[in-house]
Formats: sequence, structure tokens, C-alpha cells
Amino acid sequence: MTPRIEVAFKKGMKDALGESVRKKIFEDLHINVDSVRTIEVFTFDADLSGKELNLLGEKLFADPVIQDFSAKPLAEDFSWLIEVGFKPGVTDNVGATSKKASEDILGAALRGVYFSRQYLITGGITKEDADSIAGGLLANTLIERWEIIGMDEWDPEKGIQLPLPVVKWGHTPAVSGINLDVSDTELEELSRKGLLALTLPEMKIIQEYSNDAGVRKEREKLDLSLLTDVEVEVLAQTWSEHCKHKIFNADITYTDESGTKTINSLFNTYVKRSTLEINKPWLVSVFTDNAGIIKFNEEHNLVMKVETHNTPSALDPYGGAITGIVGVNRDPLGTGIGARLVFNTDVFCFAPPFYDKELPPRLLHPRRIFEGVRRGVEHGGNKSGIPTVNGCIVFDERYLGKPLVYCGTGGIMPAQINGKPTHIKEIAPGDLIVMTGGRIGKDGIHGATFSSVELDENSPVTAVQIGDPITQKKMVEFILEARDMGLYNTLTDNGAGGLSSSVGEMAQLSGGCVINLEKCPLKYPGLDPWEIVVSESQERMTLAVPPGSVDELLELAKTRDVEATVIGTFTDSGKFHVMYGDKTVAYLDMDFLHGGLSPMELEARWEQPAFEEPEIGEVDLTEALKTLLSRLNICSKEYVVRQYDHEVQGGSVVKPLTNDGPSDAAVVRPLLDSMEAVVVANGICPRYGDIDTYHMTACAIDEAVRNHISVGGSLSHVAGLDNFCWCDPVKSEKNPDGDYKLAQLVRANMALYDYTKAYGVPCISGKDSMKNDYQIGGRKISIPPTVLFSTVGKIEDARKAVTMDAKKPGDRVYVLGVTKNELGGSEYFASLGFTGNNVPKVDADSAKKLYVALEKAIHEGVVASCHDCSDGGLGVALAESAFSGGLGMSIELGRVPVEGVGRADNILFSESQSRFVVTVQPGNKEKFEKLMEGNVFSGIGIVTADMDFIVTENGNVILSAGIDELKDAWQKTLRW
Amino acid sequence: MNPKALVLTGFGINCDMETQFAFRLAGAKAERVHLADLINGKRSLSEFQVMAFPGGFSFGDDIASGKVLANMVRYNLGDRIQEFISDGNLIIGICNGFQAMVKMGLLPAFDGNYEKQDVTLTFNDSGRFEDRWVHLKGSLNSRCVFTKDIDRIYLPVRHGEGKFVVKDDAVLERLKSGNHIAFRYVDKNGNPAGYPSNPNGSVDNIAGICDKTGRVFGMMPHPEAFLHRTNHPAWTRENLPEEGAGAAIFRNAVEYVKENL
Repeated sequence: MTPRIEVAFKKGMKDALGESVRKKIFEDLHINVDSVRTIEVFTFDADLSGKELNLLGEKLFADPVIQDFSAKPLAEDFSWLIEVGFKPGVTDNVGATSKKASEDILGAALRGVYFSRQYLITGGITKEDADSIAGGLLANTLIERWEIIGMDEWDPEKGIQLPLPVVKWGHTPAVSGINLDVSDTELEELSRKGLLALTLPEMKIIQEYSNDAGVRKEREKLDLSLLTDVEVEVLAQTWSEHCKHKIFNADITYTDESGTKTINSLFNTYVKRSTLEINKPWLVSVFTDNAGIIKFNEEHNLVMKVETHNTPSALDPYGGAITGIVGVNRDPLGTGIGARLVFNTDVFCFAPPFYDKELPPRLLHPRRIFEGVRRGVEHGGNKSGIPTVNGCIVFDERYLGKPLVYCGTGGIMPAQINGKPTHIKEIAPGDLIVMTGGRIGKDGIHGATFSSVELDENSPVTAVQIGDPITQKKMVEFILEARDMGLYNTLTDNGAGGLSSSVGEMAQLSGGCVINLEKCPLKYPGLDPWEIVVSESQERMTLAVPPGSVDELLELAKTRDVEATVIGTFTDSGKFHVMYGDKTVAYLDMDFLHGGLSPMELEARWEQPAFEEPEIGEVDLTEALKTLLSRLNICSKEYVVRQYDHEVQGGSVVKPLTNDGPSDAAVVRPLLDSMEAVVVANGICPRYGDIDTYHMTACAIDEAVRNHISVGGSLSHVAGLDNFCWCDPVKSEKNPDGDYKLAQLVRANMALYDYTKAYGVPCISGKDSMKNDYQIGGRKISIPPTVLFSTVGKIEDARKAVTMDAKKPGDRVYVLGVTKNELGGSEYFASLGFTGNNVPKVDADSAKKLYVALEKAIHEGVVASCHDCSDGGLGVALAESAFSGGLGMSIELGRVPVEGVGRADNILFSESQSRFVVTVQPGNKEKFEKLMEGNVFSGIGIVTADMDFIVTENGNVILSAGIDELKDAWQKTLRW
Repeated sequence: MNPKALVLTGFGINCDMETQFAFRLAGAKAERVHLADLINGKRSLSEFQVMAFPGGFSFGDDIASGKVLANMVRYNLGDRIQEFISDGNLIIGICNGFQAMVKMGLLPAFDGNYEKQDVTLTFNDSGRFEDRWVHLKGSLNSRCVFTKDIDRIYLPVRHGEGKFVVKDDAVLERLKSGNHIAFRYVDKNGNPAGYPSNPNGSVDNIAGICDKTGRVFGMMPHPEAFLHRTNHPAWTRENLPEEGAGAAIFRNAVEYVKENL
């Protein structure tokens, strides 16, 4: 029998995990069980004596105060026992820590330790119920396996024995040549079968290269004829949509009602052009590195990046999301010569968790996705010691096709270290290539190419990875120590495309490289060279190390318990040269690898869609307001927020929740001895995109900027990060409306240019994810085109920040900005089952003027509270401000500045942009109004002590509710 | 003398920077020292008068929070830490640091036995990690050096395994009678109350304990997260002094060293 240690809570001790599983079984699966208890199991791939097992149980695995342990089965008194463990090769973080800690105690090496967990369920449920609990809640078939045993079959002597998840295959690593001298059909087949995600024209470019006489001649000298699988894979990764952003760089013929025009690269034409034209003096590095860099003050720079991790999160929400967050952490870490990570921000898009229709095959229930992603980000962020300072969750049924998991990370770095600027990456030929952090396994092979195709039957399990925060944490600290000691020249992260991308990109700085794959540390033997070079195993960085520092660097790594290995040398040979032992397995021209691809040619055709307008009769406004407050897109996300550490590092100023109410943006001090602070905000409004993605994007930008202003951020020191998640915008037989989706993308970019330029908010980094579709059988689900616009900026003095909660009875309530008939795509219309057509439009000139005035008013200290109006409009913003302050409000709707809108429900719930609800102490009234002169604003009411939220129209009460009622409506939806 | 504080770092300790800042604010010379450098002898405890085990997720909280760190410290530094204590120096553990200290037996250390585990910190009753601010009441009869003169304090908890549990009733009795209990969770009026005032279900609302000397102390809430008034969740509503209340705990330590060592 394989040695194992089981650990259970002593009798009478509460099993909080078991209890929460019991609740979830009921809530998610509607199966009622009496109780669930858990037993932790540690299985050893080692020959251990009973005495040794006893020693480990006593010293390591069991807490003597609350737990018992045994090398024999502990389970008793259950109806069904389910044990869940990992499949071979899946990252087992607890197992890995257990192995190391056990070895320390025994003073001997073990082959492996593996973690699994038993769930002991009591209750009158059937085997089928137990099956659905295991498969539908406790385990994910992609990465885990389980066994179920009923009490009547239970033998307490034998117990249960999951097979050891040891990776074993008798495979001898090999390199094969790929014959590209074949027909077009066969070329396409090669791409499809090999998950290369290359188009026929791209395959033909590779074919042509392999037939080039000059290339052939050079290759012959190295005994190479056909292109190898290593080379084809490296090209596929480097040329993937994920790495190359081919759609953003395509030549697009765009047609709309005013004619046809050609756009050469959306990225250059709109995104980058705006930034170049704005040209702020505080821009340090834009669009060139893993993350954007702006100045924070004279001594420090801020670094930020937002990424998505959608497809992996669809397959394994926990693993996908934890990998997403620890993955984006490596972007600022890998920018310049490395930044310290100071905050995370997360935005998720899910289908409603209460979805009760039939699930299409291979999709997980949205509630399971929600919970898995939430937990993944909790573990990834909390364990890494990086505060999750804000975020939001957007719900729409179409995210069933693919959930969107946006993870952003900010970092800070001294502008100079050891007399050198930190934002510049330099490599000298002869620098050694050092890979550090985790080892390479089969996990995450083809992640980059896989995310470049839609989710279908053949989506590979190997694309799933599980992040390991502790391995990464150790690596991060080691790297920052080495950075300050000047032990390396520069670094980058190993993300999508693995070594092929990280080394391939860095090698451009020196002009070439040679790597030996046999030197790379592997998780287990048997990987083919092509797998080693493209594996996306996590927690790895690549460093360029001068030969003179390498010994000291490797020694430091050793003491920090971090793996670091020299795997090659940067050269100026002009070649991407890969060896396996003494044999060359790839020898590609750097110029071809990075410049061999010509732009795609795509077509875009815009037509304004038309939606039905609702006809609305009499409305009970109090009920309508409560309904809106309870809607998924508006309601409290406290359930998620509380489970994220948003205060670690000690610089928290404006938290995600203000007095339980929703803050507009985060304010955080990254340097504890300074009052200067970073403001982080997000804008996202996919519902407007159904009408027009131009205005959707304008609104997302406005929302982020207005959130930034709302807490006291400065309009003169704020940068943007654009993040596009789209459904396939390339027209084909399978995708007949691809030209419309591309037109939506073009229009989004046009708005991005127009509004970032108008506000003077330059984008510094961005990301796009283009194939967010689900297609299995005849069913296709495409996500709504979604733009997340994030901002990172500054407030000079954190003490000037304001929050959104009404402060004192007697304070005056103002609305700033005009309310128009703009209910198209609003939450109010959605609550009635309509989309409408009057999408909110942003008037940048008047908005900018207002923002400048409000910024000044906040800095002069005359604003008591400020809350932005977004989903649910003025009504929701006022209610939130009131109940967050624990105070009532009395509002006269007739005083709200309006344009073309008359009905009370429309005024209350229109989602016109660039508006705020502000409260001002009576003593500051005159000063505030003076500062606001020349802008549209109006005093509309007063904060009251009586806890009632009352709206009148020309003196008649049209809405009346206690603030506790409103708060309850807002909190109850996701009060899990 | 200018007190010197060692703030432990490495292997998943997260709150080392702000803990270092807290000691500096209090007037100590504070240094972050990697546990590996302490073990391999590159640095020595004898350079310092205060040692801090900061919060975090050492070793990812794998197996149990603080457990692997506890073993690593105990088997490699156990004697040196006991010597450090018997020389009259101070140790504080916060959150994950507190978890590690009870699991290696440094607290409550009845009868001066710093190797025996009598209490533990385990999963919150809610089954969840939670970040929320809590009110604490100091025990006036406690000997604890760190909590001296602190009657009430408001601080954040940020943990999933913060429920304080005792081996048996006798242990609880000894904690009380021996004045080991330094902080209890209370509601905003200072009275014992259930969840969420007691955020994790801790026995007798215990949030922090010390050894019999009062120089060895651990607590679940994070004083280093409230060093400036802008950290307070309602700072825009209340008139608060510029310095955060959490600083008092570090100041007490520094003052003690100045007066006694």
C-alpha cells in the first residue's frame, strides 16, 4: 500500500470547509445533505516506515490542538465518501510544499508527495447524486480525478486508494522534420492538426522560407534540411494572434454610411497615434515593454499592465484565474529592469450566476465559473501580498460562451538604480540567458495559439495551468534583490509562447541567441524539444546576465530557494539558434521570425442596428429603484471584495467599499513615507456596444476618467490602458458576420483615439483577445464586444481624496452635468427587457471643463462627497451616496438640469455620461458654486438625518424609501 | 540606545515592508532580514532587541497557515530564539507571524516552555478569508509590553485562519488567570459580541496573547496597516489624528527597549 497520512478534525471541532461545501451542494446543485466533513490526505511516493509517517504526522501534517492523524483510514460514519486528487502533471502546490517540508524533517529526499481530499457526506442521497456532487462541484474533470465509495462497500482496513499522480510515459524526446512541400490543403491540415493556428497564407510564407536557396545552403552546413517541429512551433507561437496582434495590425477596408476607407493598422492609426500626439512629459515608456511606464515623482516611476485570461478560465476557472493574476504580476516585474508590485485590479464578465437554462456541452455553470475565478484571484492576489484595490463584475448571458477575466497589476520602481535608468532594457552579446522560477512541464503548451482559436471539442487539456503563488513570490523577491545588487542587465517574463517568445523577443536587443534545451530544468522527463521551447509553465522569468555576475546571481538564487539555470547566450549572430545537446534543432533568421509576416487584409462593414423602443406606462419609482439596486450589474459585490486582501502593504486610502457602499476608484500610497498616491479606476459598459461600439468605448473611457476625478485624481496626470475582448472579427464561412464585428472593432478604436486625445489621457499599454466565441455542434455563442478602459494616475496628496458617502445632515446635494434622453442600453431598459437606441454620447469638451473644475473644488476641500453616475443613473447614484453615509436625502427632481427628457423615470435612470452626485457642507456652498461656474450643475436637495430617501417632483413625493430598505435591496442579490 | 528591530522576510512573508516602516516610525532602526540569512548565519539575532514575524502567506499557507514556517524556524533557530527571549528581548507576531508563533510553541509558553503547542489558529467559522476592520479591547491587567495603555483600538483583520482555539478548558483558564490575553474582539461599544465583531469565531473573543513575561506577543489584526489616518475606513468622515492608532503598538516596543535594555 502506498504510504499516506490522513488528517481529520478532532471530534467536536468545527469543519468550516465541510460546512461551506454542504451549503454549496444545496445552493449550486439543489441536493440536500445532512453534513459534510473533510479529511486531508498526503500520499507519499516513497518507502516510509510507520515510524517515519508518525513523525511527519506529528511534526508537520496535524495540528495537535484540533486534529488527529493516522497512516490508516480515518473515515467513519458517512453515506458516501468522495476523494478528489490531481491528475498526473497538474500543479499540486500543497503537495510540493509538503514534499519540501517532509524532506527537511526526514533529512532525506522523497520522490514525491501528493495532496488529495476526502469529503464524507451523510444524508439520504443516491450514487448518482454523489456522482454529480463530485463532478459538478468538488472536482474538475480536466485536472482532477476522484473515487466514490458508499458506506456498504467501505472496508476501513483498505480505505480508498487513488492512483499516484506520477507522470510516466516511456517517451524518448525526439525532433522531427516537417515536410512543407505539400499541397495547400495539406498545409492547412498541418496547421489545424498541430494547433498552430496559422492561416494558409502564413503557412505558405513558411513554406517559401524553407525553400529559399540561401536559407537552405546555410542550413545544410548544420545538417538541417526540412524545417523542424521546433522551428514551426516557434514560428506559430511568435506569429500567433495572441503574440502578434495581427488583427490590430491588419490592413482594413472599412465601409460605413459615409463611404469606404482603408486603415493600415488600428493600433498605429488610433491607439498609438493618440498617445504620440498627446505626448505628456510624464510618459516614460509606452507600448514597447511588457507594461507601460509613467512618472510617479522625480524619484519613482509607475508601471501598469492589464491582461486577460479568458479561455483557461472557461476550462478551469480556478486555475485559469490564479494563472491570470500571477501571470499579469510578471508583466510589471518584467518591465524595464523590474518593478515592485503594489496593486492588483480585477474585472470579470460572467453570465448570470442564477442561469437556469440548459448548459451547452463542455461549458461550466456560470456560478461555478464565478466562484472558481473569485477563488483563483483570491489565492493569487492574497498569497502574493499584493492588494486587490478595486474591480468590478459585469453580467450578460452571452459571457456563457466565454467568461472574461481581466487582471491588472501596478508596480513601482526607482527611476534610477546604481546610476542607471531602470526603464531601459539593454543586452550585450555574450550575456547569459538565465531561466529562473518554476520548471518546465507539459502544462500550458499551445496556450498562445489556443487562445487564438475559438473554444471547441478539441480544446486541449494541456492548455490548463495552475498558478503557484509561493514559487512566484520567492522568485519575485529574489529578482528584486538581484536587481538592486545589479546582477543582471534586464529581464522579461515567460508568458504566452514560453521560451520561444521570451528569449525570442529579448534576443532582438542583442541580435540573436543560442539556447540549449537540454539545460532547461523539467518537471518530469520525456518532453520533446518543441514542447520545452513553447511550454507556458508558469512562474518563470528570463534574465540577461553578464558572465561576470552569474556566479553571484546563482548563489543568491540558491539561498532564496529559487531555481535559476543558465540555458544559453545572447549573441549578435542574427539567428534564433536552438540546440538540444550537441544538435541544432532550430536555426531561424531573427528578421524572418519577427518581420516575416505581412499584414492581414480584412474587411469591415458598419450598419447601424435598430432596436425596439419600450412603451412604458405608469411606474412605481420606489419599486423601480429597488429593482435596479438589486440588479446584478449594480448590486453590492461585497461577497467578493471581503475575500480579497485590499489593504496589504499598508498604503490603502480609498478602499473598494466605503462604509459598505461602492467606491468609485482606488487610492493607494505605494511609498509609505510619502503622501503622494496612485489612483486606479476602470470603465466598462458592453451593453452600449449592442447599439454602437463607438459610444460604448467613449463611455468606458469617460467612466474610468470620471471615476478617477471622483476620488480626487488629477486630469493632468492620468494614463489609460485599453483592453479589447472581441468575438471573431474575421469574416469566413463559419463566421458570416465577421465584417460587422470588425466594423465594431474599428469604431471602438476611433472612439479610443477621439476621447483619449480630447481628455489628454494617453494609453500606455494595452491588450486584445480576439476569439471569444464558443462553437460546438450547431451552437455558437459570441461574447458582446467588450472594452475595458483602465486608468492609472496620481493624486498629489492622499489627504485630499474624497469618498462617495454623504457625510452630514444639512449638506447640500448637487448634480453636475446634463441629464439627457439616453436610456439606450441602460440598466433600466434592460430591466424591462429592452435595449433601445438612444445610447449615451459623451460630450468631451464640456466633460473636460467640468472635470477640471471639479478637480479644483476637491483639492480646495469644498467637496464633502462625490459619486459618479453610471449604471442605473442619477437615482442609483443618489441612493448609494445616501445609504453609504447612513443618512437620508431629500431631492427635488425638477431642479435636475435636463435636455430633451421629461419623464421622472427617464430623468432618474438615464445613463447620460460625465455626471456626478456631490454633497457640499452649507458653509462651502458659495465657494463650490463659484468654482463650478460655467458648468452645468444644480443644487437638487439636502442630506437629512431621518434615514429617508425622498424624491419629489415639483413638490409632490414620487419616490420614498428608507435607506435601510434601499441598502438591503442593493446587498441582498449576492449576499452569499 | 537606538533600538534595533529585525523584521523577518522571505518564503511568502508579505507584510515586511509596512512592518519595517512601523518600527521606523516608532523610532527604531528596522531592517528586513531574510530568514535564510538568519539560518545560514550571515545575520544574527544578537544584533537586535526586537524581532517581528510579519503577516503574509508563508509557504502559501500550504498544509496549515504558519506551520511550515514554524518548523523551519524551530528546527533551525529554536535555541537562538529562546536565548533571545531569555536575554530580555521582544518578539511580536502579526497574523501569519502569530500563527507561526503559536504553532512553534512560542505562545502562550506556559511555565516558560517555548516549545509546546497549547493553542492554535484555524479556519474562520465563516470558512472564508475576510478583510474587515474590527474593534479590539486591551486587557488592562495584561503584562503585555506591546499593548500597554491601549484600551481600545480599531484595526483590520485579513485572514482565513484566525480562529483562536485552545486545547482544553484548562488552557483557557490558564490564559485568563495568567493574564496572557492581551486583546479581545469587541463591538463598537466595547462589548463582547458575535460575528462579525468577532470575525472568526475565536474562543472567548481572543485576538492576541502574550507569554508570561509580556515581551513575546502575537495578534491576528494588523496594526501595521493603520499607521496613517488615511488608512482608517472612515477617515473622510471622522476627525482623526494624523498618525494611525496602530503605531502605538510599535512605539510601546521601542519605548520598552529604550527604558529596559
